[in-house]
Amino acid sequence: MEAFFDWFRWLYQETGINLTFIYDSYDRTRLLQGFWTTILLAFTCLFLSVIIGIVGAWLQGSRLKWTRRIVQGYIQFFRNTPPLVQLYFFYFALGGLMPKVQNDWGGYEPLLGNFAWAVISLSFFAGSFNVEIFRSGIEAVPTSTIEAAESLGYTRLKAYIHIVLPLAFRVCLPALNNNLVNLVKTTTLAFAIAVPEMLYVSSQIWSDNVNVREMMTFLLVAYIALVGILVGAMNRWERAMKIPGYGSQ
Amino acid sequence: MNFRLAKVLVFSLIIVFMSGQAALADVVDDIKARGKLIVGVKADYKPYGFRDTSGKIVGIEPELAQDVADMLGVKLELIPVVASNRMEFLKQGKIDLMIATMTDRPDRARMVFILQPNYYSSGTNVLATKKAGLKDWNDLRGKPVCGIQGSFYNKKTGQEFGAEIVAFKGTAESLTALEQGRCIGFVYDDSFIIARLQDPKWADYEMPLPTIDDAPWGLAVKHGEYRFYGMMSEMIMKWHRDGRIVELEKKYGITPTPFAVKMNQKYSDKK
Repeated sequence: MEAFFDWFRWLYQETGINLTFIYDSYDRTRLLQGFWTTILLAFTCLFLSVIIGIVGAWLQGSRLKWTRRIVQGYIQFFRNTPPLVQLYFFYFALGGLMPKVQNDWGGYEPLLGNFAWAVISLSFFAGSFNVEIFRSGIEAVPTSTIEAAESLGYTRLKAYIHIVLPLAFRVCLPALNNNLVNLVKTTTLAFAIAVPEMLYVSSQIWSDNVNVREMMTFLLVAYIALVGILVGAMNRWERAMKIPGYGSQ
Repeated sequence: MNFRLAKVLVFSLIIVFMSGQAALADVVDDIKARGKLIVGVKADYKPYGFRDTSGKIVGIEPELAQDVADMLGVKLELIPVVASNRMEFLKQGKIDLMIATMTDRPDRARMVFILQPNYYSSGTNVLATKKAGLKDWNDLRGKPVCGIQGSFYNKKTGQEFGAEIVAFKGTAESLTALEQGRCIGFVYDDSFIIARLQDPKWADYEMPLPTIDDAPWGLAVKHGEYRFYGMMSEMIMKWHRDGRIVELEKKYGITPTPFAVKMNQKYSDKK
């Protein structure tokens, strides 16, 4: 292993390509932690935003006027404000008003930390788009199909879970795919509230070592890989869910 | 023909050179002729240089500038400068002397004359609540410490003292996070922290740790001004000898910095 690291030190001396995150143990550890933070943040937000989308789309079809209005209000708020502004707002404005808990050095800190706020903000942000994406899928399900379910004695919830959603899912997967890819990329914004994800760690590394080009290249490659894995999984899922004869071929 | 031309050229060059030498009046003569010393100072860096309620620039550095003007027996004019234009102003002759919280670095010393000895110094310290009761840099181990993204001391604070750095884009975000109790302290320039502590809003906070990575500040004059350089060096040594810097620090409510105390001892012992 040492020989491997030495090769990168040699590379730096010979070519000026300074990949400190490989041979420097401090940089390596923090970049690895940053990588895991990004993955954890991305997956938590992906999961929550899809749940928010499914629930939101169901509530949007509610018979109660106020439920529909609240969902609409939520969508307008989160979809029409920049995610960076939301992060700042949640973390500094709203976060400061949270009840305080005592921490291990005897001070008092607000209940939710930066990672929690990043998850909340980004999930709701992507979730608001997901609601509309799922609505587009739901509206593509023919009314005759829903009527058929109702005539078989399905309640609105049961029909949503067993009939409407499975069909709607297949229709809106490409759009959902797009939004989730965007979400993974938007996690970089969390560095504004000091969540130690990949961009945050990289910027600190390039400030310490002045290897901006190397770190930028690394970031691009890392995100291509991450998003590539997500897109690959989504495409497989799309193929696995395909019903012969349903949708355009 | 060619030889004559060359001779004419050489002579004219010599004449130009000599007249140039003669016309090159020294900046000290200029100041005296003009009856006014123009000094570039900071106007946004309390207590080193800031504007009072009437808009006048006051502070430690303007007072030092006044001392220089008194020494030369001329009036004083202060011009506010910022980090990005201060050396340019000096090179263009817009200011005669710069006293503007400038860190003495070799790359800067190539562009202007940075005076020796250094008059002040600043380093890295931590702004923390008094309740945290910090005594030593190692007390930060495992605790979240706010910082500025890209600062060189983040790595040191994290690597050597084991602090978890929570770095934000600017000082406003870091100070807000500190106020909200999201970190135990804020690691930054001690001169900035000293300035903050002047504000009653930060009464519950302190700068408890010994300053590290001390870097000296230098006064500067234009390149080539040897006579002014010599005069000013004398002046700085006099300030240190008389304890003028420590006196000004006390006047503006700062605990005397170790550097100022050390220089005072060094120069007063020598006498």
